[in-house]
Amino acid sequence: MSDMIKSTDVRETIIYVRDLVKRFGHFVANDHLSFDVYKGEIFGFLGANGAGKTTAIRILCGLSTPTSGQINVAGYDAYLETEKIKQNIGYMSQKFSLYEDLTVEENFTFYGGVYGLSRKQIKEKTTLLLTRLDLLDERKTVLKALPLGWKQKLAFCVAIMHDPKIVFLDEPTGGVDPITRRQFWDLIYEASHNGITVFVTTHYMDEAEYCERVTIMVDGRIDALDTPANLKLKYNAGSMNEVFLRLARTAKATGE
Amino acid sequence: MNLPVVVNDVHKAYGQVKALSGLSFEVKPGELFGFIGPDGAGKTTLLRILTTLLVPDAGSAFVDGLDVVKDYKAIRKIVGYMPGRFSLYQDLTVEENLNFFAGIFKTTVKENYHLIEDIYKQIEPFKNRPAGKLSGGMKQKLALSCALIHKPKVLFLDEPTTGVDAVSRTEFWDMLKRLQQQDIAILVSTPYMDEASLCDRVALIQQGKLMDIDTPGAITNKLPGRMFAITSPSMYTMLLELQQYTKAVSAYPFGDSVHLHVIDASFKISDLENYLKEKGQKGFTIKAIQAGIEDCFMYLMEKHHAHV
Repeated sequence: MSDMIKSTDVRETIIYVRDLVKRFGHFVANDHLSFDVYKGEIFGFLGANGAGKTTAIRILCGLSTPTSGQINVAGYDAYLETEKIKQNIGYMSQKFSLYEDLTVEENFTFYGGVYGLSRKQIKEKTTLLLTRLDLLDERKTVLKALPLGWKQKLAFCVAIMHDPKIVFLDEPTGGVDPITRRQFWDLIYEASHNGITVFVTTHYMDEAEYCERVTIMVDGRIDALDTPANLKLKYNAGSMNEVFLRLARTAKATGE
Repeated sequence: MNLPVVVNDVHKAYGQVKALSGLSFEVKPGELFGFIGPDGAGKTTLLRILTTLLVPDAGSAFVDGLDVVKDYKAIRKIVGYMPGRFSLYQDLTVEENLNFFAGIFKTTVKENYHLIEDIYKQIEPFKNRPAGKLSGGMKQKLALSCALIHKPKVLFLDEPTTGVDAVSRTEFWDMLKRLQQQDIAILVSTPYMDEASLCDRVALIQQGKLMDIDTPGAITNKLPGRMFAITSPSMYTMLLELQQYTKAVSAYPFGDSVHLHVIDASFKISDLENYLKEKGQKGFTIKAIQAGIEDCFMYLMEKHHAHV
């Protein structure tokens, strides 16, 4: 949303990417990507299936090494300091969620432990976040007994319980009902307001409008990067859906 | 003529979890029928019952006049089914998969090629590629071709567009529209509310219960009161103010605006303008709009207290 954009003075860069290239054999999955993400920003990362989003996210999370290019995430180098990167980010996707057979509280304890929080910190954070979600009464409930919408909100809270600098959300709202989807975005705004940078992918184009800036990847390249308002203006489109269709269609013409 | 699908008060539970709680509806001949709801609504359970892969706990269901419990063998011959998860043979090529499915249904690709031509020709250049090596969009086209190759009377598609990008989604719906011309009744499930408008009729379901069933136009017309789209240079504070507004039934973000639902007949736009000015909002716009399916879905969810 446009009001989230702070004034034009210099903003702190939290993700720095210059000429990122990732090849798998002859296939170029990321073809000279360059962009900055600013601290506290909600940054939308869009693109058709197979455009190279997942490859780029894996590199930014320190899970895969780039072929070439300069990449710095949360102050750490994506070639040499991948462990540091992992400690300073949170990650959540529709597929990778919490442990279904553990209780809500056990999931928090487990992930808090993974991120090196002390017992005391884990306890405090768990209470704080569950209070925020109004789920304190469910802390002894096994996860699989909860509705999907609750699980997704819990997964988000677990992803930010160690106060990461950046949280990566890979299609966090897929399949979730429309009211819960909007409640989820309330959580995203709050995290952003508290200074956590949010890097999010989605197939819901209305959600693209909620991002401060949006990139659209096409065939391994970044074809557009701007605020939703500017993109709509530039492509003379009424909605982000139109912008997306216009950009992504050119790619489809060349085969998938 | 038999109705393609008849469902009478169907119930299904998995242990304590009620997947379907008394669902009843019909699909008419040649209809493109949408089953709209989020994960956990019961979409997959329903499709599995109709394709005879699950037996309902109570109630009855018929496909082309055949009982899903007693006549399951006959039903399997006349339905096409595209499950939510890609279920073709990954190690067989595109062409081998298609021949295999034609083979089990004792037909040939040639015999019904006209049905799939439109779709299959887009993946034909890759016919020697293993299915597992196809992109998402191509897999989807192959799965649809395989589900159609025996010329089914009824086609069941379980979330064919989930996780698929906006371009492929649009293409997929264009294909369904063309298939409909071939006299095949289609029941398609989707969590994407915006796809409802592409169906002849839709059922909105949430937690195993039907909230409404009608044409998309009739559903949106039924919504009581009026809907307004409000934009502001400060969307976040605008949303908070609108949620506090006493005449608002609901205020939800919708892309670049907030949708405000008002039922109170005495409501005037000027009241709202004054309220927002009082709250310090500047440069906003208020526009009366036609409600969409997603607006209606959320209204019905709140009315049924069906959200969690």
